[in-house]
Amino acid sequence: MLEIVFFYIAATVALIATVMAMTRANAIHALIYLIVSLLAVAVIFFLIGAPFAAALEIVIYAGAIMVLFVFVIMMLNLGEKGDKQERQWLKPGIWAGPAILSVILLVELLIVIGDVNGPVSVSAVSAKEVGLSLFGPYVLAVEIAAMLLLAGLVGSFHLGRRYLERDHIEKGSSQ
Amino acid sequence: MDGLNIPLNHILLVSSLLFAIGMLGLMIRRNIIFILMSLEVMLNAAALAFVAAGAHWEQPDGQVVFMLILTVAAAEVAVGLGLVLQVQKRFKTLDMDHANRMQG
Repeated sequence: MLEIVFFYIAATVALIATVMAMTRANAIHALIYLIVSLLAVAVIFFLIGAPFAAALEIVIYAGAIMVLFVFVIMMLNLGEKGDKQERQWLKPGIWAGPAILSVILLVELLIVIGDVNGPVSVSAVSAKEVGLSLFGPYVLAVEIAAMLLLAGLVGSFHLGRRYLERDHIEKGSSQ
Repeated sequence: MDGLNIPLNHILLVSSLLFAIGMLGLMIRRNIIFILMSLEVMLNAAALAFVAAGAHWEQPDGQVVFMLILTVAAAEVAVGLGLVLQVQKRFKTLDMDHANRMQG
């Protein structure tokens, strides 16, 4: 029963955070809300009995992919405007919203962890089953995913390298 | 059959709402960073639907597809952000309406 209540809370947090992310003017503010939204979806994954998917969601989505976003926004470099913005970001109005939503998720997490027979779904699909399936019937999909990642690596390297090179040349010619 | 205490309908509803918000964001925003974020939200919503269905029928296939979606999202974001750098370099703006002509 508790599980169902938790699901609705997490779903509400996810929806609110996503709406806020889509309507922010500042990219970094939107990113913070987007991370909260991903955390909420991870909680939902945990509640419906997919703890491995929840961990992957946090590590890869909220961790790796969002860090990529942050890097690129920082690389686009706001200049002197950046300092003013940095000072503005320390005002509580900016981070209060995401913080409150995250605290709701944290309270859920603490309650779930505190109770050993806690409100996790009755039958979780374990990571072992997923792994057996991944390298059994789905092994071709894994190969294709590997090739996709390689293509992504080469593509992004190509685009990024030209960006850096041209920057270098322009600097050289201006000096 | 049902390995889930939460009604599947409600999870699918949340998933479709997230997808709709992502799609709305994709349509109303012109900044390429926000367009990429909306794509992330949409992929995430699709992944939620897959995992929920997998949990409902107690099959691992849902999480397998979730991992494939994760791969696609990672590759898409890497190339997309590379393009963001190029667009910023070339047009000095992130507004996609300035970059809607091909160089034919």
